[in-house]
Amino acid sequence: MSTDNQSIVIRGATVINPDEMFLADVRIANGVIEAIGEALTGDIVLDAVGCYVSSGFVDLHTHLREPGKEEAETIESGSRAAVLGGFTAVVAMPNTDPAQDNVKTVQFVRDRGRAVGLCEVIPAGCITVGRLGAHLVPFDQLAYEGVTLFTDDGTGVQDALVMQRALMAAKRLNLTLAQHCEVASMTVGAVMHDGACCSAMGVPGWPSAAEEEMVRRDIELVRITGAREHFMHLSTKGSVELVRAAKAEGLPITAEVAPHHISLTDELLSGFDPIFKVNPPLRTMSDIAALLEGLADGTIDAIATDHAPHAGHTKEQTLDTAPPGMLGLETALGVVNTAITLSPQKIAALMSWNPALIADISDHQGRPIAVGEPAHIAVWDTTTVWSVSRDELASRSTNTPYHDMELRGRVRHTIYNGQLVVQEGKALA
Amino acid sequence: MKHLLSTRDLSTEDIVSILAMADHMAEINSRALPKVPALRGRTIASVFFEDSTRTRLSFETAATRLSAEVMTFIASSSSVNKGESLRDTIETLSAMGVDAFVVRHKSSGAPQQITQWTDAAVVNAGDGWHQHPTQALLDAYTITRNFHELNSMHGRTVAIVGDIKHSRVARSDIDVFTRLGAQVVLVAPAAFLPTSLDGWGVTTADSLDDVVGVVDVVYMLRIQRERMDEAQLPSLREYSSLFALTPERAARMQSHALLLHPGPINRGIEMTVDPSLVPGSRILQQVTNGISIRMAVLFSLLGGDATITLSNGVEG
Repeated sequence: MSTDNQSIVIRGATVINPDEMFLADVRIANGVIEAIGEALTGDIVLDAVGCYVSSGFVDLHTHLREPGKEEAETIESGSRAAVLGGFTAVVAMPNTDPAQDNVKTVQFVRDRGRAVGLCEVIPAGCITVGRLGAHLVPFDQLAYEGVTLFTDDGTGVQDALVMQRALMAAKRLNLTLAQHCEVASMTVGAVMHDGACCSAMGVPGWPSAAEEEMVRRDIELVRITGAREHFMHLSTKGSVELVRAAKAEGLPITAEVAPHHISLTDELLSGFDPIFKVNPPLRTMSDIAALLEGLADGTIDAIATDHAPHAGHTKEQTLDTAPPGMLGLETALGVVNTAITLSPQKIAALMSWNPALIADISDHQGRPIAVGEPAHIAVWDTTTVWSVSRDELASRSTNTPYHDMELRGRVRHTIYNGQLVVQEGKALA
Repeated sequence: MKHLLSTRDLSTEDIVSILAMADHMAEINSRALPKVPALRGRTIASVFFEDSTRTRLSFETAATRLSAEVMTFIASSSSVNKGESLRDTIETLSAMGVDAFVVRHKSSGAPQQITQWTDAAVVNAGDGWHQHPTQALLDAYTITRNFHELNSMHGRTVAIVGDIKHSRVARSDIDVFTRLGAQVVLVAPAAFLPTSLDGWGVTTADSLDDVVGVVDVVYMLRIQRERMDEAQLPSLREYSSLFALTPERAARMQSHALLLHPGPINRGIEMTVDPSLVPGSRILQQVTNGISIRMAVLFSLLGGDATITLSNGVEG
């Protein structure tokens, strides 16, 4: 890492802001953007010709696995993976062990993230105690510790009344609830999308309706309570249509999609390889088309990785017993940029500005590239073609579905809090 | 052919040649001393992660009649759950020197996954709801030989009755039967049909009464009681009233029509008729044919050059 008093110049990149794009050098010193202009000089000069410079990416959906499953990932290894993917902030999912349903665990995750210091780690809180769906967590206490987003991710809140009460509490405290939309009774033992492939393979299916039913229910609960709700990792055509209609109505709803849901389909499971098992499951081409349309027209607000590390041996089980989930942080930009052609401003909106707003950290993350702003910065391009190798990832786990695949677009440098943490695609600490 | 994981691994020509080889094996099995040295020195491990006495005995008998050494591994699900992973089990057995694994597993796809962890041939002896390829081959063998048609089921109609969704037998049979030219009609309540039948090349019927009098083969699947609960069928009686083979329905079968069942039969559930009283029943013949088919499959995978080794064996 660079030291505090060294200035860094990003040379030759195109600055990406919501209302402007221009070629300029950017100088960072003392943790902030100090100057923007031509032919700037500094202690460290980063070549960024052909790149874009934007606020660092913000991931609304990261499983860091610590505490509880440190063999799969730690806050340190996950933070390193994050910055290699251009993320300067990650929202750490609460399905840890113990779960992030209490002040102590939330403080541990937050403080461990600060001690590692590679990026901002924002613990999400559970909606219900132990993610069991019955009793609400102490929202006010967790909010006091800086938790802004609450979710039982891994499962949805099944009981409609519990969810309604949670939304009422969230409304009062000005918090956002994020839902993993899955009606559990419809997905018992489910292995993959319930379609033609699943029927041929003879495995229990994950019907699209199981997701859409909860999206439908929660839209109604938002209508009743007026609280903000964020829909996580939407995967079906029907979900996109429901959210589009709800937004048109003006309901305070936001939605994310994961890179794998716009790049991979259920047919990849035909070889029974658990690497492609994920929750929600990989769907079909028509779902992908609908998700891409949702990204393009603003129905989907954010790309979120659902980075879900699993230790190697756990993915060497049979498809029905292997845990769902895939790595995502280091490949997110490349996967998205390979799957869909978006303007650099749209990419920055989906991966930085909007998620910063949803996570309620837009006072310091997802900021414009302007003098005086905090220096959380990603320098990236949409043209470098690179091949993913699971053995070269910073994550402790290797469960990437993109091994040996070629992606277009890569993060070149990442600066967090004024510190250079990734240079030329390599983590510096 | 390195493995037999799914009927889809077989070309239609492969299927026909295995059926033809089974004729040779049937001849061996008819001898006073039904044994040939074709696979002498080869070791076949039957690895059953799910109980199945009849399929295991059928494979082991087939291997023994070809003079292979047989190694048996029976893992009650509880002992596997105690710790050893599928990978470790297979790698351990492999290290003992195994030429082929015959694998039964409750999880769909397990035999395919096993191929990553061994150089030995893998034969799927039934995985989850996915595939049971030797069952389909022995069924096709039984049907074609009864109709004196060696290579084809062209023009024949087969009704497969029961829990299609949870049946590896159905998935394998449908693939083999349709590729041999048969028309297949599935007879099942909606909860027992898979979500999608795209690409299956079958039709469906709502009750056994609609088809029992017109098909050439009535293929009854085993119904598991726990599936009845899971599918929340209103009652066993309602199921039986529409889908069970009753004496009355059996009496309506065409005179040449065959009755098949993969066993074991749940008497009183899918069949209320005594199969021994149905003239077209070939249920025990299926069991006999199973040994010939499994001999043909093991020989195809392990026997090297078929014409030389088999003729030496058969005529020697």
